[in-house]
Amino acid sequence: MIRSTCAALIAFGALACAQTAGAYTVYVTNEKGNTITVLDSETWEVTTTIPGGQRPRGITISHDGKELYVCASDDDTVRVFDTATLKQTHTLPSGPDPELFILHPSGNPLYIANEDDNIVTVVDVEKHTMIAEVPVGVEPEGMGISPDGKVVVNTSETTNMAHFINTETYEIFQNVLVDQRPRFAQFTADGSKLYVSAEIGGTVSVIDPAAGTITKKISFEVPGMAPEALQPVGVRVTSDGKKVFVALGPANRVAVIDGDTDEVVEYLLVGQRVWQMAFTPDEKFLITTNGNSNDVSIIDVESVKVIKSVQVGEQPWGVAVSPN
Amino acid sequence: MRGTAKTIICAFALAAVAIMSASVRPALSADILAVKAAVIRVDVQKPLPISRLDLPPDDLGFVGGQLATADNQTTGRFTGQAFETIDLAVASDQAVAEAQRLVAEGVHYIVMAAEADTLLAVADAVGDSAVVVNAQAMDDRLRNDGCRANVLHVAPSRAMVTDALAQFLMWKKWREWALVHGSHPEDLLLAEAYRRAAKKFGAKIVEERVFEDTGGARRTDSGHVLVQKQMPVFTQRMDDYDVLVAADEADVFAAYLPYQTWDPRPVAGSAGLRPTTFHPAHEAWGATQFQRRFEKESNRYARPLDYQVWLALRVLGEVVTRTNSYDPAVMRDYLLGPNFELAAFKGVKVTFRPWNGQLRQPVLLVGDKVLVSVSPQKEYLHKVSRLDTLGFDEPESTCVR
Repeated sequence: MIRSTCAALIAFGALACAQTAGAYTVYVTNEKGNTITVLDSETWEVTTTIPGGQRPRGITISHDGKELYVCASDDDTVRVFDTATLKQTHTLPSGPDPELFILHPSGNPLYIANEDDNIVTVVDVEKHTMIAEVPVGVEPEGMGISPDGKVVVNTSETTNMAHFINTETYEIFQNVLVDQRPRFAQFTADGSKLYVSAEIGGTVSVIDPAAGTITKKISFEVPGMAPEALQPVGVRVTSDGKKVFVALGPANRVAVIDGDTDEVVEYLLVGQRVWQMAFTPDEKFLITTNGNSNDVSIIDVESVKVIKSVQVGEQPWGVAVSPN
Repeated sequence: MRGTAKTIICAFALAAVAIMSASVRPALSADILAVKAAVIRVDVQKPLPISRLDLPPDDLGFVGGQLATADNQTTGRFTGQAFETIDLAVASDQAVAEAQRLVAEGVHYIVMAAEADTLLAVADAVGDSAVVVNAQAMDDRLRNDGCRANVLHVAPSRAMVTDALAQFLMWKKWREWALVHGSHPEDLLLAEAYRRAAKKFGAKIVEERVFEDTGGARRTDSGHVLVQKQMPVFTQRMDDYDVLVAADEADVFAAYLPYQTWDPRPVAGSAGLRPTTFHPAHEAWGATQFQRRFEKESNRYARPLDYQVWLALRVLGEVVTRTNSYDPAVMRDYLLGPNFELAAFKGVKVTFRPWNGQLRQPVLLVGDKVLVSVSPQKEYLHKVSRLDTLGFDEPESTCVR
């Protein structure tokens, strides 16, 4: 993966390949601190902290690793940073109150959930223009994209639905009713399954994207813990589909699920109010944002163990990792 | 610039097509289920509130309902239901006739913002033909021997809100209370609820005083000058207490207590630290989104009754989209069954207690301009649901449905 990226970059004369394999840059948005914490994935140390705009939440990185996109929700804009200089270069028209977004596999466009206006805004990241607005349910947040880029899924928190949007026509062609307060939508790498978390419902629905039906609902249980504390938010799946990780919010745990059986295998204790997660590109590590303990936890994916906690800014929300 | 403008115009044309196609998209079921509900707000002549901040807006309650209906419709247009809500403001002697007329017109879900006796009269008049939802009356008897099979309560009971405050005061270790209550019947009921809550959670009421309502104007110019003299005298020479709990549902005196007590003590209950279902400063668990949508719709802050009516109609939206039925018996069974749950911007799901139809819910504790706490407090455990530490639990209930 890294080698082919290197080849592409060399072809364009970039110098980024000088990095040692395994050293990635991790970016964490701090919702309350209005900053972005930058970490090195070799040492797991904070290298710097930069201003992130007002209420930075969703964060993602371009496929070439050059641009960092941050939803500055209270600024009603997406801030774009140059990853080499860490300076903001421009903003993207995002629609009001952008929370989460997802990039098309080709790197363009960017699909943004506008929490206040009940729309998904589609933005061209090269031309910096709005291409389309798709009306969805109330309080859109979760954004998932199929690996072939043909379907974008948006979840609406109050309407309790996953809307399937055709990326060519911008039409909603399918809707699946899930449990209360869906927050996150994640396709498997082969596109055969879609996981949608329901924060208040306390479940993760496994959806067959072609049929538009729920094939299984995953519930969570931790002995001695009040069931209402198990609130699934972020979901991440390894590319081989074998391990599914679900952030359980105020349960302070990440559930580890066997991707073949969709059964919970164990719970990993991380920091407080864990919501979002991101893999390093080699999928060796999974980083979780713990909003109420102001830190991130590093999970070794192979051994399924939490190896470290690192203090970041105030109320960390989102996390993205450079592809190189 | 021009190229960009063209792109934007093209984009909006595309978006317009997308919007139109999305809205005429065929529903999942062949027929659209028409769901016509009603909100009946029974207005009773009352004296003016002590604070002009509490003057009720004309659309109190109704805006909450309209927002819920719009929210329900965003789901309904995908799942095949069409939601409509009729708003009625009536006098108490018209309520029964209006409810019966609505039922005859196909309304099977009536949200009542009314006092207990009017609520019961309507419930008894409509019987099985509708689900009646109480969005206002907090009387404990409605959840006990005055309960009805066709009534569900979205409004919390006095027991729930007093328990919510008691839990926080015990968490603070402010165990010794001075209870000051008014002379109206509702004040006496609230005082009784505070006594029950104190006993339940181990607080001690060291002294009780009654503030008699002697009538007269509620607000006068420079009235604060007299209040500053009268309230300290009224509260002097009390046995040592940690907090003054005011039970003043009739809104006669409690607002005058904070900072005017003889002793430097916090005030809680009907003034100071207040238990409530909703507050415009509440932002936790996504509530900011609700506040923004409400304010955009109404040009004012949301009040507890607005939220309660919103919640009552969201209950309808949820039961109808899950059962695809508007039959009162089907709805009632689902609502009291194990599958019903609803997100209510309170951080946990709200569900109905099957023994008395009361909606389990967290209670906000608000102070000056921000949320102070939310009960139930984490330290209180319960084998079924921590929410059942508030109000009448199953073994205590005298409701027979």
